[in-house]
Amino acid sequence: MTAKTWDRKDLLGLQELSASEIETILDAAVIFKSSSKISSALSGSTAAFLFSEPSTRTRSSFEVAARRLGAEVLGFSVASSSLLKGESLLDTLRNLEAMGVDYFILRHEHSGVLESLAPNTRASLINAGDGAHEHPTQALLDLFTLREKKKTLKGLKVVIVGDILHSRVARSNIHGLKKLGARVTVCGPSALIPGDIEKLGVAASHDLDAALKGADAVNVLRLQLERQNQNLITSLSDYFESYGLTPARLAAAPGCVVLHPGPINRGVEISSQAADGPNSLILEQVKNGVAVRMAVLSLIGQWRKRNA
Amino acid sequence: MPKRGGTGLLIRGGLVIDPAQKLEAVRDILLEDGKVKEIGVNLSARTALRAVQCLDAAQTWVVPGLIDMHVHLREPGRQSDETIATGALAAARGGITTVLAMPNTEPPVDNPSSVHFIKAKAASEAVVNVLIAGAATVGQKGERLTEFSRMASAGISAVTDDGRPLLNSELMRRALEYARDCGLPLIDHCEDENLSAGAPVNEGLAATVKGLRGIPWASETVMVLRDIALAELTGAHVHIAHISAAQSVAAVRLAKKRGLPVTAEATPHHFSLCDADIKGYNADFKMNPPLRGENDQEAVLAGLADGTIDAIATDHAPHGPGEKALAMALAPFGVIGLETSLALALTKLVERKILNRRQLVERMSAGPAKILGLKNKGHLKPGADGDITIIDPGVSWKVEAPFASKSRNSPFIGMKLNGRARAAIVGGRVVHAL
Repeated sequence: MTAKTWDRKDLLGLQELSASEIETILDAAVIFKSSSKISSALSGSTAAFLFSEPSTRTRSSFEVAARRLGAEVLGFSVASSSLLKGESLLDTLRNLEAMGVDYFILRHEHSGVLESLAPNTRASLINAGDGAHEHPTQALLDLFTLREKKKTLKGLKVVIVGDILHSRVARSNIHGLKKLGARVTVCGPSALIPGDIEKLGVAASHDLDAALKGADAVNVLRLQLERQNQNLITSLSDYFESYGLTPARLAAAPGCVVLHPGPINRGVEISSQAADGPNSLILEQVKNGVAVRMAVLSLIGQWRKRNA
Repeated sequence: MPKRGGTGLLIRGGLVIDPAQKLEAVRDILLEDGKVKEIGVNLSARTALRAVQCLDAAQTWVVPGLIDMHVHLREPGRQSDETIATGALAAARGGITTVLAMPNTEPPVDNPSSVHFIKAKAASEAVVNVLIAGAATVGQKGERLTEFSRMASAGISAVTDDGRPLLNSELMRRALEYARDCGLPLIDHCEDENLSAGAPVNEGLAATVKGLRGIPWASETVMVLRDIALAELTGAHVHIAHISAAQSVAAVRLAKKRGLPVTAEATPHHFSLCDADIKGYNADFKMNPPLRGENDQEAVLAGLADGTIDAIATDHAPHGPGEKALAMALAPFGVIGLETSLALALTKLVERKILNRRQLVERMSAGPAKILGLKNKGHLKPGADGDITIIDPGVSWKVEAPFASKSRNSPFIGMKLNGRARAAIVGGRVVHAL
């Protein structure tokens, strides 16, 4: 049923997806979550990981998902220097493709690298994070978790707080949330809010307490600790003072659930009490990540069978 | 098209546009010994018996040779991207008869010997006039001034550290003072590199959506404002290279109103495109200054229309395909422009009535000639250099490889343009003809 509405070789980002394509993935993930057993959707195929940035959570999650679908998994940590040139990365891809790799799960520190590669390979590319551009499966699992908890995303008020400027999670979430009818506020110091963000149809705030009023969910972004060396934040404790999520701040928004893409800097962007509190969905997100990634891989797998 | 003949060249029956003579009428032009000899009606009757080469220019515009005062020829040092010879061929194909070569070669043109080297190379290999800009600081490091007087004697036409700004304001002041003493314009690439560091595109929606760092408009404008203050302080002529931000255009407009010795140029890409036009992560749309917002593009157009911007200059910056295949954040800045400049001006400015024909000639020939103090270029009075561009305004064509340039990093590939150079004549000699 869902296969009909998915017609893409790759998953590059949520910006290019329609609401119904996103819902197709989320609906498929519901089924994978309820019967998280072995499937043979990808048996006989091979998925390779090319990561130029460290990752434990996203990579393991993808790996579990690919194995549960019966795929062979090939892991690479590619030194970022050898991935610098778009052309040499394309060479790497084509070589692996010649060995029979069907799926590439890619993470790259530079925005847009997958977009340049995708038209030049018959293999399917799945974006596991490119620069500050997109991290679609993280946003999909955030959407899935919110939809499961709140039944629908339509009309929800979602606050994304933190380093919006450098965050691919924020960008993918903004695209996905807007398409599914949520209202989005991004919140953080001016130095970490990118220019013209309001033109994406979101509100921008520099006051977390005000932003949280009436919020149904808050997605807390990880703060890279080196931002203080760039004068983008004044100090970690000063940042926590203004933008750290605490139970006291959350008290102003009854029923507001807490998301975080991980890994958490406790005491920097979120207090331990808030991270581990009754409204936290952080571990639920991790669990849902596998189902969402299985959904993505199997939909693309069905596309590949139809277009073989 | 041209017939072989003697030392003379007769260009017959074209619409001659020469702002210096307030001329916009069908005329014949006779060139002799590399100079303009005479302009008149039906000169062929009187020259029939002499050995002259004839060029039929009916249905075309005949204008003073176009001058592009911002060109990177890459030689010496990066001949795989461009050479003096290929850059000159690209210019000729674009109807440009004189280029000002920027000094950021490897090594930079920062001493009289380097100036002589470029001059000698150009004299033997270039089909167009190659003027030379000397570096303002040794090695373009922004530390010690170069020998302005000796480079002036060697024949430079301007001083600039282009590619880099003169960040140190005290150094900029001294550079302006020496430039004034030598009678040279100082061309500044206005960029506060602290504000722009590490960013490949303009700050705004396009950068935000693509997840790329943004260069704020203010990184240009703070330096434009500083340069205007220093021009007022020193009385020296400062020329703002590749102006791109609305606020910079406003600053120059005000400075001119106050009578300060400030001039400016704009590139075809800044008047033709804005950051919303960047195709994906295609690094052929990456240049410095970056494609700005739509309001900035409109301000550049308005500045060209009202004369705040004196010149159209390409910032022709060839880069080989390997360099431009890098991720957007890593690829070098710069696009080629010599072969599309005139056609973009015709299509985006004249056709849309931003500029009339006379103003086109002012921005592409008379204006840069005046900035560079070229008495015998930018007009067609008798005795002027025999540099002429013949424009076919009616022809439609599509920008595509092959280019005469060694590089093909153009954001305009695939674009349909109207009008192009039918011929380029340099010193009385036809160097390009379609």
